[in-house]
Amino acid sequence: MAAIASRRAAPAVGDGRARALLDRAALLVVVLAAIWAVWEGFRWIGIRTELTWPFPVNDVTMPRLHEIVGQLFEPSRVNGPLLIDVLLDAALFTAREAAVGFFLGSAIGFGLAVVLVHSRLLQRGFLPYIVASQTVPILAIAPMVVVGLGSKGVTGWVAVAILAAYLTFFPVAINTLRGLQSADPRALELMHSYAASRWTILWRLRVPASMPYVFSALKISATASIVGAIIGEAPSSIQEGLGGAILNFNQYYSLEPRNLWATNIVAAALGITFFLVVAGAERVVVRRAPENVA
Amino acid sequence: MSAPHAAVSLAGVGKTFGKGAVRALEDIDLAIAPGEFVSLIGPSGCGKSTLLRIVGDLIQPSVGDVIVNGKPAHRARLDHDYGIVFQSAVLYDWRTVTKNISLPLELLGWSRGRRNERVREMVELVELSGFESHHPWQLSGGMQQRVSIARALSFDPALLLMDEPFGALDEMTRERLNMELLRIWERSGSTIVFVTHSIPEAVFLSTRVVVMSPRPGRIAGIVEIDLPQPRGAETREQPRFFELVTEVRERLAGSGAATAPTEPALVTEERV
Repeated sequence: MAAIASRRAAPAVGDGRARALLDRAALLVVVLAAIWAVWEGFRWIGIRTELTWPFPVNDVTMPRLHEIVGQLFEPSRVNGPLLIDVLLDAALFTAREAAVGFFLGSAIGFGLAVVLVHSRLLQRGFLPYIVASQTVPILAIAPMVVVGLGSKGVTGWVAVAILAAYLTFFPVAINTLRGLQSADPRALELMHSYAASRWTILWRLRVPASMPYVFSALKISATASIVGAIIGEAPSSIQEGLGGAILNFNQYYSLEPRNLWATNIVAAALGITFFLVVAGAERVVVRRAPENVA
Repeated sequence: MSAPHAAVSLAGVGKTFGKGAVRALEDIDLAIAPGEFVSLIGPSGCGKSTLLRIVGDLIQPSVGDVIVNGKPAHRARLDHDYGIVFQSAVLYDWRTVTKNISLPLELLGWSRGRRNERVREMVELVELSGFESHHPWQLSGGMQQRVSIARALSFDPALLLMDEPFGALDEMTRERLNMELLRIWERSGSTIVFVTHSIPEAVFLSTRVVVMSPRPGRIAGIVEIDLPQPRGAETREQPRFFELVTEVRERLAGSGAATAPTEPALVTEERV
């Protein structure tokens, strides 16, 4: 009976999915168009009215959007490769730092949460320092980490990955801890009735129950890891990544503002890519009633 | 004290929460024979759910002895001697019906083949064929509770502990599941301890009804239910059924545990 029902429902579900995809694409176009309209509209009004507050509007502060995009396909220097090729190389370099930092940080955050969920004492003792760790500006510790590790013979990009991990572990630790504690008390009683060990309860109940929480943290961490990598590159004087490109183009901003804006677009695209990868993994891993997905 | 043949034997069991501040249970003596269907009934706060958890070794009694299947309750829990069903189904959202039923079997280390075979039997027993690969949120409340019962029975425990399992269901679903539970009980031959606050439900299902009174929780009386087996829809219409419902209700009232009468109890008054 159920089989018949689901077969009959199947085409409707397929239609719904195609429809949802189409809606999404349309929404994307609308949002991009709105951003374009706001940018160009503000620019047009700003130039007409000779706006000085909050900033004077001109070709340096606000280049035309299509020119910024067009700049990507111009040579980065005379007879040099296209800017987009340079930036994609830089993005790949930064992506490696960010990805390593993301996995390292997530693993540390997850492990920390698993330890803390089993000990009230450790939780009370450690949690304040975990929180405090995030109030230290990353710009302040970046040189220490890079120089310190550099003197031990660690390559620059690995040190940057560790900085990215520093930003990544925190949301994962906090959210995973909450997720591990989110298991229904009745479900815990059920596990006790089976005389299940702590280890079994952890893997069969607490961890699966925590997945929606873990993934909302991973989505934050995915973008944070890129911010960490870009910021980490600056004091490390690493030139190959997006951070290096941003510093470089920043120096020549008044001459060629479009380069920096184009770099921002690539950096944003990298962040969105990371986010989408995690969101995709979430859809595969988290099998949950729609209303329970955090 | 604890007869070797008893499925559950409680002797002088008491429970206080906090530093003696709340006396939840006092002087509980009760022996349940194998194959019996015993209901614990009483108003909220009479400690019936606490008592069920003490039998299951999920809560430790402050005083007294608890023997389950001829061994201490702790040993019985480690030996997987009982299955438990709660008021909510407590299914794992991330598991299908099949996977939820096989959870205890996985923990017991059953082989995949043996698990699949048993799950098939269980799905048939609780009449959920066709829903094996559904997730819990795709099922109605009654169906979820049937999965929960199948999970509790999957590893063939000698004892089934049920904590108001049908309390959250509508009256029609509850009566149908009452019938199904009796059928399952007859087929499995297991002992059932059933917590409820519905008088007709307790009388319909049980071989004995243990009436409890609150603050502190005590046994106020035990009513033998001598309705013939097997029971069916017509059981609820027999005069003896109404007599027994009335007797349980009077015991509850006499114990100072009078609560607002449930609707079916009002119906009985008109009929008797």
